[in-house]
Amino acid sequence: MRIELQKRPGQSALFSILSPFIALGLTLVAGVILFAALGKNPFDALYSFFIEPLTEVWSLHELAVKAAPLILIAVGLSICYRSNNWNIGAEGQFIIGAMAGSILPVVFHDWQSPLVLPLMLVFGMVGGALYAAIPAFLKARLNTNEILTSLMLVYVAQLFLDWVVRGPWRNPEGFNFPETRSFHEYAVLPEMIASGKTHWGFGFALLAALLLWFVMRRTLKGFEIAVLGQSARAGRFAGFSDKGMVFFAFMVSGALAGLAGISEVSGAIEQLRPVISPGYGFTAIIVAFLGRLNPLGIVAAGLILALTYLGGEAAQISIGITDKVSRLFQGLLLFFVLGCDTLIHYRITLVQTGLATRQGGTA
Amino acid sequence: MDMTQAIILTVMTAATPLLLAALGELVVERSGVLNLGVEGMMIMGAVAAFAVAQLTGSAMAGAVGGMLAGLLFSLLFGVLTLTLVANQVATGLALTILGLGLSGMMGEAFIGLPGLKLEAVAIPLMSDIPFFGRILFNQDPIFYVSILAVIGVHWFLFKTRAGLKLRAIGDNHGSAHALGIKVIRTRYLAVMFGGACAGLAGAHLSIVYTPQWVENMTAGRGWIALALVVFASWRPGRVLAGAYLFGAVSIGQLHAQAFGMGIPSQFLSALPYLATIAVLVIISLNRRMTLINTPASLGKSFVPER
Amino acid sequence: MKKTLLFLAAATALAGYSTTASAQAMDKVKACFIYVGPVGDFGWSYQHDQGRQYVVEKLGDKVETAFLESVSEGADSERAIERFARSGCNIIFTTSFGYMDPTNKIAADFPDVKFEHATGYKREHPNVATYDSKFFQGRYVIGQIAAKMSKTGSAGYIASFPIPEVVQGINSFMLGAQSVNPDFKLKVVWVNTWFDPGKEADAAKVLLDGGVDILTQHTDSTAPMQVAAERKAFAFGQASEMIKFGPDTQLTSIIDEWGPYYLDRITAVLEGTWAQTATWSGMAEGHVVMAPYTNMPDDVKAMAKATEAKITSGEFHPFTGPIMKQDGSEWLKDGEVAEDGALAGLNFYVKGIDDQLPK
Repeated sequence: MRIELQKRPGQSALFSILSPFIALGLTLVAGVILFAALGKNPFDALYSFFIEPLTEVWSLHELAVKAAPLILIAVGLSICYRSNNWNIGAEGQFIIGAMAGSILPVVFHDWQSPLVLPLMLVFGMVGGALYAAIPAFLKARLNTNEILTSLMLVYVAQLFLDWVVRGPWRNPEGFNFPETRSFHEYAVLPEMIASGKTHWGFGFALLAALLLWFVMRRTLKGFEIAVLGQSARAGRFAGFSDKGMVFFAFMVSGALAGLAGISEVSGAIEQLRPVISPGYGFTAIIVAFLGRLNPLGIVAAGLILALTYLGGEAAQISIGITDKVSRLFQGLLLFFVLGCDTLIHYRITLVQTGLATRQGGTA
Repeated sequence: MDMTQAIILTVMTAATPLLLAALGELVVERSGVLNLGVEGMMIMGAVAAFAVAQLTGSAMAGAVGGMLAGLLFSLLFGVLTLTLVANQVATGLALTILGLGLSGMMGEAFIGLPGLKLEAVAIPLMSDIPFFGRILFNQDPIFYVSILAVIGVHWFLFKTRAGLKLRAIGDNHGSAHALGIKVIRTRYLAVMFGGACAGLAGAHLSIVYTPQWVENMTAGRGWIALALVVFASWRPGRVLAGAYLFGAVSIGQLHAQAFGMGIPSQFLSALPYLATIAVLVIISLNRRMTLINTPASLGKSFVPER
Repeated sequence: MKKTLLFLAAATALAGYSTTASAQAMDKVKACFIYVGPVGDFGWSYQHDQGRQYVVEKLGDKVETAFLESVSEGADSERAIERFARSGCNIIFTTSFGYMDPTNKIAADFPDVKFEHATGYKREHPNVATYDSKFFQGRYVIGQIAAKMSKTGSAGYIASFPIPEVVQGINSFMLGAQSVNPDFKLKVVWVNTWFDPGKEADAAKVLLDGGVDILTQHTDSTAPMQVAAERKAFAFGQASEMIKFGPDTQLTSIIDEWGPYYLDRITAVLEGTWAQTATWSGMAEGHVVMAPYTNMPDDVKAMAKATEAKITSGEFHPFTGPIMKQDGSEWLKDGEVAEDGALAGLNFYVKGIDDQLPK
């Protein structure tokens, strides 16, 4: 007896819808077992994780605040991954974007006008795009692997931020502590909805997702991205430039990550500090895949992942599990989703070994 | 022992876990599979090694335990990507998250305990060679394994049939399959080897480098190891060079600080990463070399056609 | 009738006034803690959690505690603090500098909840207090011990980030050492992390390879102590008692004792007497404690104990002039004591330290 996969002719529509639910179901079952083994009431635990964060308005806002950078970055990453450009450095582009966008309120803090905020956002996007152009250039011109370069540049960006915040941009009135001045009111990203904290970063995220959906479905560029991702050669025959796409994909992704960075800094933190991201750039990679590189899927995936973060915190307080358990839970969820996604593309059959050998080469 | 010897020893200790993890991943990637879960496998190896050492009282048992833990953990990745054909990048990342969480949970009982250290084993006669003897032949067993592994992996990949088949799979799994090579089985073995190596690398951290257990003690080394595989253009000898280069610059920058050079420490801390990029760029300028060595099927899923 | 009504009105008014003027005493307090690292770090966060457990032990039923660990200092911290405020916490302790602005921001929205921020300086609302400990007092003592115990006349300092608290520590250590050996040398390595055993071990090895024979650290892991133990050098523990990791190596350890402070503040909430304070306490209040002196000859032990006693009683302040800055200019005149404000923002070295601070 052996498991065998037969590729479906097309994607199974049924499983496209069912698979996330199956995955969720499996995760819930695993969760019940896990929590029971830890001696906690499993249903209380699952309630804390998935339901509690949705029960209060302030928590829904926090959900949006947490999901916004994840969605925004993941949208950019999906362009990269679809076109076979493995940008692992979104975290670094986030940071550099945040720094670039903060030049105005920190260095030119005396200039206060309604123009400041839009300019900050533009600077943020430009900063992120330029930083992403480095691995792009190295890949396109020098054939250097972009996974390594983009990843190394993350560490460089983090150290650069640390230096800048402790040195040249340190708040002169801050007792020599490592942080910049607080942004003046013209530099703060305003709230989107009156009832709470959600800032416009969330709006940008939704907008970006919508734009990407449009680009991928309705424009030639979207087609170009998909083709080049499948086969660079085929793309070249069609007249597309794969080198151009490297730059395009990286810089768009960098711009979006940079926008996420400056939105986070001006909307949620309102100054620069040594730590401005709890790893958004890396979590966004997961969001991109959970969302199957599809913009609408990414929005959902971002919200769900944010939910598990909030749920994990709620569970820490209400049931007393540790944060390691919440991370374990997230890992399990991811695993099940990935496993169940197989059902969309392949049909699983159990085959008698005797029969199979007649049919030629086996795996 | 003079200062030069001491510095070289420190560099070697720093480089060993990177070397081991990278070697394992190299074999995996040569078979066409991209396993980004190295960090997860390393940390599982670290916690398992520490736990086993504490419970059995033997650091050597701990090393073996770490290896096994990495191997078993990698099977999760294997099943998902090889049998269920899930996306390799996402699965690798999921493995890392799972590993960090699971190891944290498992390690809770072991926090704050001084660990057992795997003692150095002096090779008789060789360790008496002036200067080199102390450095090369009076080290912990895991170091010896790492050097032997470089030689072993090179020999396996380039001098044996099995290695040839593995590389063939990595270059074109469809053709390899048509030739009758067992693609999935070989990949499983490769993934398990990668897991064992990463597990042993993690074990090095918790029973040699800093004999204790601390959450997240791998501190990103798994990612560096991944980068080193690429840096090395998938050649074992280059992995050795890369790991030692990275280790040397990391330690060197600390020395520069201790010297009181006045350069911002953040810049010095960034040097290892910048140096890696710089060397990689130089290597990549030789296009042919890079293209020849990259496994063409890397990351692509394989399902045998019916 | 009118008089009775008036009397009643007046009485009610008075009663209302008195309950708002001083907070009500409570039967039970929910005290919540936010840690920047895992409680298992055996360093900074671990010690805060020990403090929390101390309170639980002392107050029993009268207190309920909760904590969140490894809370990142960005937007996550604001959410965590708000979550605590909304879930019935009466007093919230935020134990890292990076939580300063989020703490003050949330405090504005929850005037009935008390907020205590460690190592910060902003108290923008009456319900925000700050607290910190004068760790530099302990540094002076270990500096003296180092100078006595070192055969090479030099020590290695594994430093995390150049913030005032760390600079105070380095300066105080050096001053202590110089009081015994005016030519004492100090090598400083910045690891740019509070907690990374691998990096700290590397730094320890580098310093020892460079010729020092005593190590001290302002990072949280026990790795330097282990390296020192292996190399048969001496070392000082940091934040927690580290003797297990170096039974023949640890000379002493500067221990962060938060328990008594937490007990004080939570009791104040229980009794309704909590008020905004800015606490910068030290040995005198029992917040900075030296681990038992080990692995040293009796005369060194006696010296250390004497210095400790003088600092505790207030007779001696480590930053007492004459002290010169690293560039040679005068900082403190003979007998002049540094002001708390100057120390809080300290960003220069004293004379004799061979390192450059970022500007």
